[in-house]
Amino acid sequence: MTKIIKSISDPKIRLDILSDEDIQQIHAATLEVIETIGVRFPSLKALEIFSAHGAHIDPAKKIARIPAHVIESALAKAPPTYDLAALDPDLDLPLDGNHSYLATDGCGVEIIDPFSGELRRSTKQDVADIARVADYLEEISFHWVALSAQDCPAESRSLHELEAIWNVSRKHVQTETIVTEPEMRAAIEMAAALAGGRAELRKRPLLSITQCTTSPLGQDGGSLDAGLLAAEAGLPVGFMTMSSAASTGPATLAGTLVVGNAEVLAALALMELAYPGCPVYYAAAQTATDLRTGAYTGGGPADFLFGAATNVLANYYNVPLSMGAFATGAKEPDWQAAVDNSLSAFMAVSTLSDMLLGAGLLHGSRIFSFEQLLMDCEIWSLLQAMFKGIPVNQDTLALEAIRQVGPGGNFLGSRHTLKNMHALWQPTLMDRRPYSTWEGKRDGARQWAGEKAGQVLHEYHPEPLDQKLGDELKRIIASLEGEIRG
Amino acid sequence: MSNDLLSQITASLVDGDPELTVSLTRQAMQAGMEPLIIIEGGLVPGMDIVGDKFSKGEYFLPHLIISAGGMQQAMELLEPELRARSQQMKISGKVVIGTVQGDIHEIGKSLVGTMLSAAGFQVYDLGVDVPAEAFIAKIKETGAELVGLSALLTTTMVVQKEIIEALTSAGLRDHIKVIVGGAPVTRSWAAEIGADGYAEDAIEAVQLASRLVTA
Repeated sequence: MTKIIKSISDPKIRLDILSDEDIQQIHAATLEVIETIGVRFPSLKALEIFSAHGAHIDPAKKIARIPAHVIESALAKAPPTYDLAALDPDLDLPLDGNHSYLATDGCGVEIIDPFSGELRRSTKQDVADIARVADYLEEISFHWVALSAQDCPAESRSLHELEAIWNVSRKHVQTETIVTEPEMRAAIEMAAALAGGRAELRKRPLLSITQCTTSPLGQDGGSLDAGLLAAEAGLPVGFMTMSSAASTGPATLAGTLVVGNAEVLAALALMELAYPGCPVYYAAAQTATDLRTGAYTGGGPADFLFGAATNVLANYYNVPLSMGAFATGAKEPDWQAAVDNSLSAFMAVSTLSDMLLGAGLLHGSRIFSFEQLLMDCEIWSLLQAMFKGIPVNQDTLALEAIRQVGPGGNFLGSRHTLKNMHALWQPTLMDRRPYSTWEGKRDGARQWAGEKAGQVLHEYHPEPLDQKLGDELKRIIASLEGEIRG
Repeated sequence: MSNDLLSQITASLVDGDPELTVSLTRQAMQAGMEPLIIIEGGLVPGMDIVGDKFSKGEYFLPHLIISAGGMQQAMELLEPELRARSQQMKISGKVVIGTVQGDIHEIGKSLVGTMLSAAGFQVYDLGVDVPAEAFIAKIKETGAELVGLSALLTTTMVVQKEIIEALTSAGLRDHIKVIVGGAPVTRSWAAEIGADGYAEDAIEAVQLASRLVTA
């Protein structure tokens, strides 16, 4: 099991994407939307909480119009920093505003089979296999449920997905597939069993919960109720807008930021009104609509700009951000995937977005590819090297080495080179071989990534979860399934 | 004069100005023009031009939706007049659509509805979170030839299968074609649950529906 997490911190590249005045304007517009247009909250609990705090409720349409001061004072209660705990404390992730962490993406429905190459529907075994490879990869800091365990019953599927991951990995898990109260109760029970009780889980949240909003300006009732249960248990809860410019958001990027911001802020405020001081996070994966098909695109300049801008907003509200990055719209690990994922990740890291999601999925987060996962990790390693910038000091200026080598010499044989060359980035998938070597084999990144994934799948078997705990997780899931079937 | 009005109606659809389409249609009715003439000489040619521009890549989806909205509003004015004359606009087919029970995602389904209407289908949109019984009741009531089931969640995709089974139990399956869609839905899923067709976007859905009703 890997003990190293390759995060990005102290970045030397910074992007100035929204001015203070821009942020103020977006903030003011957002509060006006929430207060005068309102956000749809189809949950009795949610509407009661808002009503008790002075919001105007339209019970027929289930729309809450919430005064700006209620939103602002609720958000002020959110803790600005906290840790995402892992089963192995060495793999804890401090959300301290100075780290970017990469996760797998979710939640897809098909996989390019790593051995046959066939495209097929995803299963629980795929979730477990991806978790094992993600556990091995140092670039992957925490798990998202990459694929839906479609061979499991719909009413307990989200729990099977968690079980599949916890059985093989000790990294933090963030899931986005728990959208009912019974499943959330069971998930909390599972996480508490692993943490050593509810109080321990509150101190060390092994699980964080992402819920999706329904743009524009709506929420899902089950997600809200499940989110409230998670907040009560002290699990970090985030609400993700996937507002798409020109369909579920206005065609203008600023307008789409406002719509998404209103959805997220209203939901986070709800959590803080219900459980003041509970850890929450901003989550987003906005994009632009494809104007020919109406589809969610995944990729393109709007995506990249949202990736950088959203963390500026999250920082303004003093909460961490979980940001959809990578997640190309390409159908295969190809040129488009490389362009999309490189630029998208670069932009999100340039404002130091806390949690980045997206490694491994294609076709707008629908199809998982192990090759893509490995390639995305290479992109991450490239960014990690870039964001270190160019350190300038007496040693790096290398005057002594320059004096020794002098005009016309070379630095390959210099001791200074021997000492410093390891700081130069080394590829694992980029092809830098001589042309003739390539010509003989005509292979490249995609083959190598596939071979590496295959090797990890064959050879890497992390220490399994303690048998008793494993049985307990199974029991909790079976108990929920028993209740549902009566 | 009347020809001029008809070409203005056509132009208003092509320009994407629904308010103008409606007011010109009203003007034409007041001038005593026959509703079928307004439809076939003004509205339909407008939609044809918009469709043509879209397929050439000159127009985007919002053009189609806005023009279809103008057409729909104009038709609402004209329909009572058609009924009064016992006339009917030729329809391509009757379609019942909805987002399945447990799922509240509306936009994709409504988009398909709009595009089907624009293509001359009579569309009965049941909205979101629709139980099997509601689909069955509407199909029986309208005699629809097609039903479209939308699902955006991996957990509600299974409801598409349940509804197809319910159609079979209700003895309707042999009389109706079932089409399915939604982000997690794939061609193989459609085949597995015994749907008659799958489309990835609204444009493809219209092509699919046209093919199925003429099959």
